[in-house]
Amino acid sequence: MTDQFEPTIIGFTCNWCSYRAADLAGTARMKYAPNVRLIRMMCSGRLDPTFVLRAFSGGADGVLITGCHPGDCHYMEQNYKALRRYLLLKRVLKGMGIEPERVKLVWASAAEGARFASETTLFVEEIRKLGPLNWGKPVEIETLQEEISKAEEVPA
Amino acid sequence: MTVNGSKPKFAMYWAASCGGCEIAVLNTHEKILDVDANFDVVFWPVAMDAKYKDVEAMEDGSILLTLFNGGMRNDENERLARLLRKKSKIMVAFGSCACEGCIPGLANLSPVGEIVHTAFNTITTDNPNEVYPRTTYDVPEGELHIPTLSRLLRPLDQVVDVDYYMPGCPPESHQIAAVIDLVIKVIRGEAELPPKGAVIGVGNSTVCDECPRARNVKLIKAFKRIQDIAPVDPTLCILEQGVPCNGPATRSGCNARCPQVGAQCIGCYGPAEGTLDYGARLMTAFASVIDANTPDEIDKILDGIPDPTGQVYRFNLAGSLLKAAKPAWEK
Repeated sequence: MTDQFEPTIIGFTCNWCSYRAADLAGTARMKYAPNVRLIRMMCSGRLDPTFVLRAFSGGADGVLITGCHPGDCHYMEQNYKALRRYLLLKRVLKGMGIEPERVKLVWASAAEGARFASETTLFVEEIRKLGPLNWGKPVEIETLQEEISKAEEVPA
Repeated sequence: MTVNGSKPKFAMYWAASCGGCEIAVLNTHEKILDVDANFDVVFWPVAMDAKYKDVEAMEDGSILLTLFNGGMRNDENERLARLLRKKSKIMVAFGSCACEGCIPGLANLSPVGEIVHTAFNTITTDNPNEVYPRTTYDVPEGELHIPTLSRLLRPLDQVVDVDYYMPGCPPESHQIAAVIDLVIKVIRGEAELPPKGAVIGVGNSTVCDECPRARNVKLIKAFKRIQDIAPVDPTLCILEQGVPCNGPATRSGCNARCPQVGAQCIGCYGPAEGTLDYGARLMTAFASVIDANTPDEIDKILDGIPDPTGQVYRFNLAGSLLKAAKPAWEK
């Protein structure tokens, strides 16, 4: 056992391309980081930002979203919607003090098992560098005085 | 529900709020007389003189209805929430602050020390001697206390059990009147209370559903602020005109009051029925109408929303899944 931080990562994969890529990686016995818990959806367009927020508030350190390559979506163009949501979500997360890099969108076709495996391993390494998010721990009521003494100059 | 032939008791309290909820109650005009005719008003700091010790002396559960507005910003707010919960049969989170934090909830984006610092020592307030309020102070007569700020602002249901939610900033007066009518009917045995946890005095759809503006397929090439489009088309959907309008995620009940007068919905009625996270629903709505498919183009359009977090969580931050930004809660 090492003391290395093992991030918890929730992965949302689409049924038609990226879940099959994960399947291919498995049947081909490719090795990749075991930190990702995959949840299959019919399409990356099903990805409601609520899922990502729920994952973070429930203790996840990173969220991986995968879908079909642009132009390849089984439902015509829903992966573009996923892309737009993802880009807006990253901006909102930044405002909440969550590093936007904790969410990642990866396109992987059903043939790209190797890509799925390498992207997953890469993402786990990135999150490991960022460290644990630790969301959801109980917040105690603190006295004000202590906070004030620590307050830094606020730029006007 | 009449107790010993006397009138049932009514209380209203304000915690971290602006007083707008109280004004909305008074805006029910002559309906306020029905409150007086049917209830014994025992505690309502803004309208009558009563002391906390008077409430403490009441029997548990002796107040039939308490309308509690405002969020939990300090220990006094929380103490009163617990006290009134104990004394009340029906506790209503009244108004957006008590339901989901409202505008004061946006303070959850910053550490509390920074908030105090900003209030007492910035460009608008000269404070060269670094004088800050202290929660205790010794005077010859003894020790004085003022309430202590909490690290986070919390909606009422994060502190005590809540029976009903009545959102709005403030709740619309016609909705308040309807709720007062309902409670009076319940007292007379002519109606039943809704199930516990229900959101009352609202519609069960979205603001868009009540909005009379024409809607077509939306293809947004640029987001703009409403003051930057002139004139605003009086009949066309405001979101379609490129202004981020929070109607698609917001609960109905206000008759689309803001869009009706040419302003975008800002979301004060909180999440629509079945919405777990208001901001997420709004992100989905905005992302769906962006007319671009490459990351660069999408980012350029998103640049038109200067404060995305504030835009999607304007009223709902403290009640959202994440509740507060990381700098506000981490040590």
